[in-house]
Amino acid sequence: MRRFILRRLGQTLLVLLVMSFVIYGLIGLMPGDPLDVMIASNPGASPEVVARLRVIYGLDQPLMLRYAHWLLAALQGDLGFSRTHSQPVLVVLAPALWTTCKLMLISFVVSVILALGLGIVSALRPGGWLDSLISLAAFAGISVPVFWLALMMILVFAVELHWLPASGRETVGDGSLLDVVRHLIMPVATLALANTGGFTRFVRASMIETLRMDHIRTARAKGNGEGRVVLIHALRNAMIPVLTVMALSFGTLFSGALLTETMFAQPGMGKMIYDAILSNDFNLALVGLLFATLITLLSNLAADLAYAWLDPRIKL
Amino acid sequence: MSALVELQDVSVHFPTQSGVVRAVQHVSLEIAEGETLALVGESGSGKSTLGFTMAGLQKPSSGQLAFDGRALDEAGWKAARRQIQIVFQDPFGALDPRMPVSDIVAEPLLIQRIGDAAQRRARAAELVAQVGLPRDALNRYPHEFSGGQRQRIAIARALAPSPRLIVADEPLSALDVSIQSQVLNLMQDLQEAAAARGESLAYLFISHDLAVVNHLASRVAVLYLGRLVEVAPRADLFAGPAHPYTAALLAAVPRIGRSRALPAQAISGEMPSPLHPPPGCVFHTRCPRAEARCRTEVPALAAVGEGHLAACHFPLTGGEA
Amino acid sequence: MQDQAIGVWRLRWRRLRGHRGGMVSLLVLGLLVLFVLAAFPLQAITGIDPDATDLFARFDPPSATHLLGMDEAGRDVLLRLMIGGQISLLVGLLATLLGGVIGVTVGVIAGYFGGRLDGALMRFTDGMIALPLLPLLIVLGAVDLTKLGFSSEFAHSGAAGFWRIVVIISLVDWTSIARLVRAATLQIRERDYVRAARAAGASAFYMMRTHILPNIATPIIVSFTLTVGRVILAESVLSFLGFGVVPPTPSWGNMLNNAQELVTTAPALAVYPGLLIFITVIAVNFLGDGLQHAFDPRSDRKD
Ligand SMILES: Nc1ncnc2c1ncn2[C@@H]1O[C@H](COP(=O)(O)OP(=O)(O)O)[C@@H](O)[C@H]1O
Ligand SMILES: [Mg+2]
Repeated sequence: MRRFILRRLGQTLLVLLVMSFVIYGLIGLMPGDPLDVMIASNPGASPEVVARLRVIYGLDQPLMLRYAHWLLAALQGDLGFSRTHSQPVLVVLAPALWTTCKLMLISFVVSVILALGLGIVSALRPGGWLDSLISLAAFAGISVPVFWLALMMILVFAVELHWLPASGRETVGDGSLLDVVRHLIMPVATLALANTGGFTRFVRASMIETLRMDHIRTARAKGNGEGRVVLIHALRNAMIPVLTVMALSFGTLFSGALLTETMFAQPGMGKMIYDAILSNDFNLALVGLLFATLITLLSNLAADLAYAWLDPRIKL
Repeated sequence: MSALVELQDVSVHFPTQSGVVRAVQHVSLEIAEGETLALVGESGSGKSTLGFTMAGLQKPSSGQLAFDGRALDEAGWKAARRQIQIVFQDPFGALDPRMPVSDIVAEPLLIQRIGDAAQRRARAAELVAQVGLPRDALNRYPHEFSGGQRQRIAIARALAPSPRLIVADEPLSALDVSIQSQVLNLMQDLQEAAAARGESLAYLFISHDLAVVNHLASRVAVLYLGRLVEVAPRADLFAGPAHPYTAALLAAVPRIGRSRALPAQAISGEMPSPLHPPPGCVFHTRCPRAEARCRTEVPALAAVGEGHLAACHFPLTGGEA
Repeated sequence: MQDQAIGVWRLRWRRLRGHRGGMVSLLVLGLLVLFVLAAFPLQAITGIDPDATDLFARFDPPSATHLLGMDEAGRDVLLRLMIGGQISLLVGLLATLLGGVIGVTVGVIAGYFGGRLDGALMRFTDGMIALPLLPLLIVLGAVDLTKLGFSSEFAHSGAAGFWRIVVIISLVDWTSIARLVRAATLQIRERDYVRAARAAGASAFYMMRTHILPNIATPIIVSFTLTVGRVILAESVLSFLGFGVVPPTPSWGNMLNNAQELVTTAPALAVYPGLLIFITVIAVNFLGDGLQHAFDPRSDRKD
């Protein structure tokens, strides 16, 4: 077990390292470069001055070298300075990370609960009208563009009905718990709905599979073939692959969070990365993307470990 | 007797997660031009692996192969490919379900770039007739045929480039008993027809059943746990097996004309795993005659008669079997 | 000679016809295609220029000449929905094809050759699957093409915007096909007919083309269908965020660029494009489900 964890941890770090290089390279390919702002604020700068600045900032060096410098600094905890926020990147990112994690976790829990309920109900009578209805809804869930769903929510609940606030984390000057919760409802609902469809389909398939097997087993065992017992038993078996898939979907969840935050103006990682890319805030975009990657990789790692731990057939 | 194929000390090992599977161990063997060598042994004894090695589907881990006196290295195989073909056990997996029979039969020619499309079609038609299938079979797909017919198609494909050796890996064991003899006769007819044309066709005929072998083999080789334990001309082997394992196999075969006074030699237990072959003689764990020496010393394949080799420290002599 | 092949397809068609969701989606998709193609006759008859802005006609309500009214720049909404649909569907198909080529290539090579190469390719695929794709797509969408050596003229053209999104989506969305193809290849590789061809000296390329690809076509088709749905969604998101198809070329995604503003001023304009995306994707997904049913030999048991 120990060796397994260490090996997977090593792989995770390796992927992170590779990704940091790829993202570093890609960020360099985005329009503009870090000197643009300085030049813009000082239009009189002669070409020689610009060239000297490039040397000072190391922009004339090959990509590999610049990356190595960046990595070295990053490993010592220096992740650079956000240009638009005029603050160290970490200071900007920490609260955003918290906002995003909150949004993701709440939505995740909501959609898991929904999916379990719907998936089990579906699996009990496959082909029945309730199953058909739930399947249709699940298909709708995986087929709807998340940003448009958010838009429709805003249209209905904020613009038409005035029930909920359309954006932000809290009303300025209020900030009570109720106010914060009201601001969270639509983002959470959007993100949760977008994920529930896929989860439900998976719970259903997994439950049908195990019920089929356990059905035979109980029929053979006879005796106390109580439906309830079968259900609980089947549920436990069905949960193993379901949990894995759910944890593996954190990457998708993050993509959804990015959209949800942008649509509802939530100051999370997704919106921060989006804004950073739009405004050429290279350092912030780079570190934000790496954090997003790290979160996904760690949740995949957790999924692997949970799987290995839950499934007695896997010997580590 | 000029050797068509020659194996020198060939071993095939499969590294797996649970260890090295020693599927074939130090096998030396020859197949003569135009003869039928039967390779028998229990399931898992390494017959297919050895057959695949001869057909160029499996690289030996050590040892040498030669075809027609030429070493089968990279270049040697290039030349020998069309001379060695293979027929498999399961006629249902052996034919691509998406190809019409004409394409299946002509495939080795296409791969070897023999003839043009028209010539290949003509050859396919000729072969289909030769293996006793109706002419309209050419335009049909494999799933329309029975197991026996599919095996005929597979044989026609193997014959296409006029090979000098066909490795037949248990070609009968998936077929109904009534069909088996038909296919067997077909294989024999094809061999004779080749000889009549002044060509030659040799078989490496793999089987787990000694009874089948008796019909067409010129010589028989017995494999146990990857080791060659006995090789002999067919009549000699059936009349006087020298290895206790062969004797046990024969004892299980009901046959007329053999002495009834066969000692009860039914072997007990199962073949050990090729992951951990026993030291010494591989058969000692199940051998009724095993002694201390058998547990430590690997017996060499040695002559016990004219063209009759056995790997046993205490071979049976004629009187005993 | 082909009759047997047709037989299989006829059987599948019959099974698909028995799948209600699949048939309805086929019909819906047919109508959608007709709808987006109707742009050509509509444009020819009315002579409306879909890109011409008219600031005096902003948010004009529906009229006889402009059936769905005008958008925030005074352009005909209906015509732009049709043309935007052409773009969105085309991106969906092309990116799926391109990503499919990548995925099938990676999958077949990994599955056929096995060993170290397989290990390396699958490790890479797993790594791709683990990444948060949208941020990555955004970065790719933000890449300045002139820094890659393209001329500034090309980099800012509509064609560049179109092909850029096709390429970046296909660069990211090939992993599920690759895994599927690899698994299927591993199975076919061990079939005796592949072995027989190998014994006859067939090259790896011959084997893949002649034996492996034709025999794994079925799962590939199903997977392609589901990918089209995902790609259309990805295109709409990217275009919506401003990193995809760039205006004035319309796409269902970029017609929602100003959606937040539209929601209050002209809600209908925010509804139409999204609804079309939604309908298209759900139909494609149902069709995939139907195909899966039709191609699965086990689905006969119920009959
Ligand atoms: N590719 C392989 N990898 C690992 N083990 C193998 C492989 N092929 C065959 N073996 C093992 O080698 C042994 C001999 O197999 P085989 O040649 O198929 O025997 P036979 O044909 O006599 O039944 C068996 O134990 C089998 O499990
Ligand atoms: Mg075998």
